[in-house]
Amino acid sequence: MIRIESLSKSFTLHNQGSAVIPVMAGASLTVAPGECVGLTGQSGAGKSTLMRMVYGNYLTAGGRLIVGDLDVATAEPRQIIALRRHTLGYVSQFLRVVPRVPTLDVVAEPLLALGTPAEDARDRAASLLRRLNIPERLWSLSPTTFSGGEQQRVNIARGFAHTYPALLLDEPTASLDAANREVVLTLIEEAKARGAAILGIFHDEGARARVCDRLVDVTGFTPRLAA
Amino acid sequence: MTVMEKLVATDQPLLRVDGLTKRYGPRIGCADVTFDLYPGEVLGIVGESGSGKSTLLSCLAGHQRADLGRISYDGRDVLAMSETERRRLSRTDWAYVHQNPRDGLRMGVSAGGNVGERLMAVGARHYGQIRGKAVDWLGRVEIAVDRVDDRPSAFSGGMQQRLQIARNLVTGPRLVFMDEPTGGLDVSVQARLLDLLRGLVRDLGLSVIIVTHDLAVVRLLAHRLMVMKSGRVVEQGLTDQVLDDPQHAYTQLLVSSVLQA
Repeated sequence: MIRIESLSKSFTLHNQGSAVIPVMAGASLTVAPGECVGLTGQSGAGKSTLMRMVYGNYLTAGGRLIVGDLDVATAEPRQIIALRRHTLGYVSQFLRVVPRVPTLDVVAEPLLALGTPAEDARDRAASLLRRLNIPERLWSLSPTTFSGGEQQRVNIARGFAHTYPALLLDEPTASLDAANREVVLTLIEEAKARGAAILGIFHDEGARARVCDRLVDVTGFTPRLAA
Repeated sequence: MTVMEKLVATDQPLLRVDGLTKRYGPRIGCADVTFDLYPGEVLGIVGESGSGKSTLLSCLAGHQRADLGRISYDGRDVLAMSETERRRLSRTDWAYVHQNPRDGLRMGVSAGGNVGERLMAVGARHYGQIRGKAVDWLGRVEIAVDRVDDRPSAFSGGMQQRLQIARNLVTGPRLVFMDEPTGGLDVSVQARLLDLLRGLVRDLGLSVIIVTHDLAVVRLLAHRLMVMKSGRVVEQGLTDQVLDDPQHAYTQLLVSSVLQA
């Protein structure tokens, strides 16, 4: 479902002496349907950068990056928009929403964007929020005022609202208590069972051991400094 | 089939712009602008004052005549149209939301009249139906029904802007031009307007070209982004990609200059 071949990336800082910073070279990995692959490596090794490239958020300098049947490395913006809408979900560590929009609508939005009838979309959103223990009295409020853990759970509910065939998870259990961590791990297991290909970053070693089928150390993709 | 599915099924751009250029004497207004806009897509145009983004928008909307280039709307050559044809297009298929609601509203006419007038301009004659539709649209932009007979001058800035949007969308346009629609509004009012616009874009499948200098607004509203400097497009792409991984020196400067709230 996800196939990455000799991917490379560098940043050029035009306003800082045009410094070119190579951050990735020769990155290759695959994620099959129903499989969860965990990225490991020290902070700054390029785990998030790789995830952002898969999502089309960062451009790639070279290589291939196939998600479904689209090469994200060379795709047109509108192809990536369609990919994100239908095929590729992303649970980032941060919730970025229009202030004032009720939590229920924030979670239902990916379904509404697909044309799901509003009632069905809200039902699905409500059941996810309930599973993730967000009290119903908060559903009509904007999540921008919620605690970090609550925002994280709203973000997860939103990421799992549509049954994406491929999913990127950036620290999905980071700021959660034991009960909610268990819910998230179960959601991940359910997604795998229905055939979703998952690429994730998990600092939580227990979570990693439980849901990941394989680990890929991104340190191997860090460009060697020129001698 | 839902609106969204229909949109996905149409694979033809609604608007094609090719090599559009406008000069003011020896100075460049905008030069060699090329892009396609598909149904349901929101394109943001950012750049500093004088970068040509407003010139571009007014050339696209037909408020100014471009010197060079082509604009094709739904397969029709816009620059070759007669003035009557173009006016009909801007009353029916197109809409233009001004930064200052006073430029897009008739301040001496009631809120309901502002919306109803547009319907009459495209041939509606039945008073009850016009009023019914006007009230429905005021509701959609969250203006209470008991304000329908008030003049816009009695409204707050945010309400005026929402009224302008209702007046523009009541005729069911497919392409909406917006010039700094959230400029000059309080942040809380801005958020409400952004939420409204996102819902309308999604539910009506609108294509939108929005000019703004506010990067937070385009991040939340625009699918794609075009960055202009000195009349030229220096970078374009997926909105979050351009903002998070800018390639051009000017875009990098623009993104890094935003103050964090």
